[in-house]
Amino acid sequence: MELPLNFYPAHKLNKMLRQKQVSASEIVDAVICAIDKAEARMHAYLRVESKEMAQAAAGFDSKSDALAKNGSISDFCAIPIAIKDNICTKGITTTCASKILSNYIPVYDATVIKRLKAAGYILSGKANMDEFAMGSSNENSYFGPVKNPWDLERVPGGSSGGPAASVAAGTAICSLGSDTGGSIRQPASLCGVVGLKPTYGLVSRYGLIAFASSLDQIGPFTRDVEDSARLLNVICGWDENDSTSIGSAEAGSQDYTKYLGCSIKGLKIGVPKELMVKEVDGEVRQKVNEALALAESAGAIVEEISLPSLEYALSVYYIIAPSEASSNLSRFDGVRYGYRNRDAATLRQMYKKSRAQGFGPEVKRRIMIGTYSLSAGYYDAYYEKAQRVRTLIINDFNNAFKKYDVLISPTSPSTAFRIGEKAGDPLKMYMSDICTIPVNLAGIPAISIPAGLSSEGLPVGLQIIADTLREDNIFRMAHALEEAIGFDSHPMYLYK
Amino acid sequence: MVQENKELINDGYETVIGLETHVELSTATKMFCGCALSFGAEPNSCTCPVCLGHPGTLPVINEKAILYAIKIALALNCTVNKYTIFHRKNYFYPDMPKNYQISQYDLPIGSNGYLDVDMGDYTRRVGITRVHLEEDTGKLIHTGSTGRISESASSIVDFNRAGTPLVEIVTEPDIRSAAEAKEYLVALRNLILYLDVSDCSMEEGSLRCDANVSVRPAGSESMGTKTEIKNLNSFRFMQRGLEYEVSRQAGIVSSGGKVIQQTRHYDNVTDTTKPLRTKEEAHDYRYFPEPDLVPIHLDKEQAGKLKEQIPELPGQKSARYISDFGLSLYDAKFLTGDRQYALFFEECMKLYKNAKAVANWLMGDFSALLNKESLNLSESKINAAKLVSMLELIDSGKISSKIAKSVFEEMFYKGTDPAEIIAGSGLEQISDEGELELIIDEVIKSNPGPVAQLKDGKEKAIGFLVGQVMAKTKGKANPRLVNEIILRKIK
Amino acid sequence: MSFISKDDVRHVAKLAELEFDDAETDKITSELDRILGHVAAISKVDTSNVAPTSHTLKISNVFRQDVKKESLSADEALSNAPEEQDGGFLVPKID
Repeated sequence: MELPLNFYPAHKLNKMLRQKQVSASEIVDAVICAIDKAEARMHAYLRVESKEMAQAAAGFDSKSDALAKNGSISDFCAIPIAIKDNICTKGITTTCASKILSNYIPVYDATVIKRLKAAGYILSGKANMDEFAMGSSNENSYFGPVKNPWDLERVPGGSSGGPAASVAAGTAICSLGSDTGGSIRQPASLCGVVGLKPTYGLVSRYGLIAFASSLDQIGPFTRDVEDSARLLNVICGWDENDSTSIGSAEAGSQDYTKYLGCSIKGLKIGVPKELMVKEVDGEVRQKVNEALALAESAGAIVEEISLPSLEYALSVYYIIAPSEASSNLSRFDGVRYGYRNRDAATLRQMYKKSRAQGFGPEVKRRIMIGTYSLSAGYYDAYYEKAQRVRTLIINDFNNAFKKYDVLISPTSPSTAFRIGEKAGDPLKMYMSDICTIPVNLAGIPAISIPAGLSSEGLPVGLQIIADTLREDNIFRMAHALEEAIGFDSHPMYLYK
Repeated sequence: MVQENKELINDGYETVIGLETHVELSTATKMFCGCALSFGAEPNSCTCPVCLGHPGTLPVINEKAILYAIKIALALNCTVNKYTIFHRKNYFYPDMPKNYQISQYDLPIGSNGYLDVDMGDYTRRVGITRVHLEEDTGKLIHTGSTGRISESASSIVDFNRAGTPLVEIVTEPDIRSAAEAKEYLVALRNLILYLDVSDCSMEEGSLRCDANVSVRPAGSESMGTKTEIKNLNSFRFMQRGLEYEVSRQAGIVSSGGKVIQQTRHYDNVTDTTKPLRTKEEAHDYRYFPEPDLVPIHLDKEQAGKLKEQIPELPGQKSARYISDFGLSLYDAKFLTGDRQYALFFEECMKLYKNAKAVANWLMGDFSALLNKESLNLSESKINAAKLVSMLELIDSGKISSKIAKSVFEEMFYKGTDPAEIIAGSGLEQISDEGELELIIDEVIKSNPGPVAQLKDGKEKAIGFLVGQVMAKTKGKANPRLVNEIILRKIK
Repeated sequence: MSFISKDDVRHVAKLAELEFDDAETDKITSELDRILGHVAAISKVDTSNVAPTSHTLKISNVFRQDVKKESLSADEALSNAPEEQDGGFLVPKID
């Protein structure tokens, strides 16, 4: 069966647009058609911009001759892209999938949105997510969970469940998500798409509603590695509004597509045994090993290595991330925006009731852990200690990258689990991120690409990790492996 | 030799005061965003998503605020820390856009400095524990009729001020009296005005001071329980508020009671301090390094360059006026007590040699008129050239110093050149000996009595005779010459 | 061994401006206790030779110039206000 337009990667659509083989309206129609058919069952979106998409497409089509003539149909011009609902879009409700922001309308655009707008993108809608990006299954959304398009009884992963599911299901061509402990990579893995967490600081966080400031990064969900490189080109780069953004006004723009199609011969791959933990599913392990074998036949060198501090990564993360979050979420108090409880007679009651009613249980758990870890008497043993162990983890990665070009591991220890399976046990849920978390602690980049389907027909993801600002190695390896693996499945049953 | 750090004991008790001063910097924009600083603007009209604490926003450091803070630290003889970072201070309050304040904790801009406070017969060296930067909060207006928070059912928040750069200066508990506290603040304010980094206006709130006060028995090394005193928003209130608090505490302790650790508010109507809250809850600020900002590294070269930019400070100026211009300590202190006076004085000295004359006019008639008209020296119509002109006219005998007073007044109100004033009004001093002799002869003739007394040796009689000549000449006679001529004629 | 007590939970809730009823307090105390018990593993790690990492980036001295940028209008600033009065954000009695 021929793939409909909404399953094409953006780079292919772009070529067709430029060659006038397809109109923007046709692309948008295909996406809207898919949304009409599948979205109600999936709930990947909190808000779909159907009318605006159609208008934007019509607008593009009316100018396309002129645009084509002066060569300004850039890579993502007229491409429908879904935006995770923790990224501020001016004038369009941005909720973080929380009751406390259910009526919040940003008065400014996030920097990445400004860049996408300049590139001519079309907003398909705001994507569902775990509340305040806290979760690994998208079951923590105030507005209801997202279902995995491959099996609607299963989770898509989290916290960027909506962005991952929409790309997998063809209800968006690509999307933007955010990753603090694996929130792009893990859902990408569970949904069979490509998800990239860039180096910390490479993509501006201005306009990303903060979860954990020293760990958060915005990144792309795409059909393939080429789209990932292209979308990174658009969103990355120094931003004067973000003090933690790398680069400068003078630094030139990057082009990550030049690392596609490169040979991986002689590249050294390290496989950390701490990430091939016993919790990793047999089939996941198998698919990752198959991919490593393909890498070897392409001339790469594969070796098992040990990064001993990684054993503590989960603990370190579940102290640092909630601590920063507890402070970042203090601003949600019903004073200047968001939900306010109307029964309160005094200020303190208003704070407590608004926050108790506005936040979901996982968010409250993390605020409590974070507040505790920072509080008098516990700061040294928890927060500061965790930051010290973090240094050990960073050192382990630094040492590994002296010898190896990339590290490879499973992205998630399992394929998509059932809705409700882990929701009652926070610790069990936290374990879903065991392979992805160490990467955020070190601020290094990592990508998840599909490594195949399990015997149950569920996607398995493979994670490629590189050193700081070595996205070149990420793309080299990811593109080569993608080609070798040849994954080309889509959950077409949704449209039968 | 001025005594240093004198011990002050009152009724067997020693006062221990530490001061915490907040200075609003006079940068063009806020600490972490590009909003303009405003005073009195329409509520919430100088805000942006950053200083409103909107979700997704991030702070970016205003470089000028850092430079200004470093200057203050250097002027206070602090060690400027080569590595400094910001911390988050977490607490909930409606004037806080983020419910955390970006401030500094254990790695402030400057530490371990001092300010020498001249108390007349002794100097108090007040240790400066730290100089750090932070962002200001918004403003609250309480809607009750009294405007008091405890009597209002609601409050309104204006975030225009939120994000304004504040430098916090904390002293060691080295201050030993309310008077010293006041003089410290006067000296600190003057120092900062010299640096031109803040308006330092207590009325407008760009200079705020809170005090920590305790008492202890004379000779004791340990500290008594301290209270924090707020709302000391003028020099006068500061001194009175602290005087009250010290005697309140001494009264409690001497009758065997215990001072309760609490925050108290100075009430200028009753001239007392009152507890702010009956239940004092200690804040747990949960300080941690601000992850949205990166550290600041200051190298020696940069610190050196900044040090060069610091203008001559009051203490140095004062010493120089004494040594180079021969002024008295009192005069030097007066002139350097306000940078505008100091600069005016120095301008005059570029054109003229008699420092004492300049000083006298500045301290006397000039400041009196400025006070009367509530003007700043920089706003007056008199410039250095005009004053010097007038002084030269006095020196050359063209006008008497008495006449000069009215010339000065006209210059002050109209800005006219002194030469013009004199030409126009016939105020020129009569120094022509011939002319004077004629009048003097008349006076001598009509006043035989005093003349006889003078011949007799009663020196005071000359005053009367000179007075007569001055009256006849409507004050224009050169008094020195009149004196000389009378003596010559009589003797 | 218990890592957090109900009293701790009540105290932390106060700091975080959250409130829990008795049943919720019980539940969250046991959840937090489990989580803290797990993360307490880091106490075993020897960190005597390393400094804490608060920033993974190796950049410093990031500043902006003291140049005015356009502010929001008062209307925009108040556009999301749950309650406003006289151009400001209205809050109930401050206690």
